[in-house]
Amino acid sequence: MKAKHQRLVLALVALVGVAGAGVLAASALRDEAAYFRTPVEIQGGKATVGEAMRLGGMVAAGSIKRQSDGLTIRFVATDGKASVPVEYKGIVPDLFGEESGMVADGRMRADGTFVADRILAKHDERYMPPQMGEMPKNMKAPKA
Amino acid sequence: MHAYANPTRFLAIARPLTPWLLSFGLLLVIAGAWAGLTQVPGDYKQGETARILYIHVPAAWLGMGGWTSLAVAGLVQLVWRHPLSGIAARAIAVPGMLFTALCLATGSIWGKPTWGTWWEWDGRMTSMLVLLFLYAGFIALTHGDEGQRQGGSLSRGAAIYALVGAVNLPIINRSVVWWNSLHQGPSITLRGSSIDNALLWPLGLTLLGFSLLFGAIVLMRMRRIIADNRVAARLRRLADDEGAIA
Repeated sequence: MKAKHQRLVLALVALVGVAGAGVLAASALRDEAAYFRTPVEIQGGKATVGEAMRLGGMVAAGSIKRQSDGLTIRFVATDGKASVPVEYKGIVPDLFGEESGMVADGRMRADGTFVADRILAKHDERYMPPQMGEMPKNMKAPKA
Repeated sequence: MHAYANPTRFLAIARPLTPWLLSFGLLLVIAGAWAGLTQVPGDYKQGETARILYIHVPAAWLGMGGWTSLAVAGLVQLVWRHPLSGIAARAIAVPGMLFTALCLATGSIWGKPTWGTWWEWDGRMTSMLVLLFLYAGFIALTHGDEGQRQGGSLSRGAAIYALVGAVNLPIINRSVVWWNSLHQGPSITLRGSSIDNALLWPLGLTLLGFSLLFGAIVLMRMRRIIADNRVAARLRRLADDEGAIA
């Protein structure tokens, strides 16, 4: 074996080792490095009342209710398997809306409501022109 | 492969290639930016802010592609000790860091109107910031070191650093899949694109354009390092000659 082949094998073995360690570390971090928890995780007992956390999910269709003080909103965050009611007082981002993703900073209250201090809108990976996207459900596509 | 490791042969190709890369790159970037800003509709939900993707995506691609080539150069330095590999790695680091910073800046500018925040410590953003710091570390490690004064080769430590830093690349790529994150999942995958074709095509122009520009910057920086080496060698010879006369 020539010296440069030896170095190549050594470098590749070391690289595989380091990459393996990286993957192991990343998978060990899986839960800790998550940016938010989903409703199913919270209902599965991964949340204690009063603990600061983030909740992420879709805003359920028809669930946004503005309260009489004009500032507080209530809605239901869902991940398809479970849902958590959320209460928030403040201004939401422009992209916040029903049937779209959101992430809320806050804590669980004893009655099972998530009280948010801050709400972020989560965008999905779809990009499309307006006429294809926001077609109201009661409207048919215009005829060509 | 060894043939192109010779600086003279390399220059014979790099010299005429540089202006071509530069002019085609600029042309494509301008065409792509013009198309992205004026010729395609805004996104159905985000409106006009989505247009930043024509800069953001190429910047992310080149930030990560830059480190990929840095790691390959590190491996070549370590194993074959090609005279050009260290020069290439030194030339790549600065534009790679620049595009990573551009990716973070454009992402932040987009994040404020879209998410409602300039910065969050989610997996994608954090791992991309780590890439920026990796570049900074590589530049700090190699700038003005022994190798720079002796032709541009990388020290063993710098070459290993370049290789080990590559571990971050799959983490950046998978960060939105492994962990739930604020950043959306991948739009363009092997199975296709969830960016509608009506919005996608200028991205091809800017992606190729910025890549050509990146190539031009790297070639210019490599040529500059080789030129510096030649000046240093000539000065050394002159000093030796004067020493011999005196």
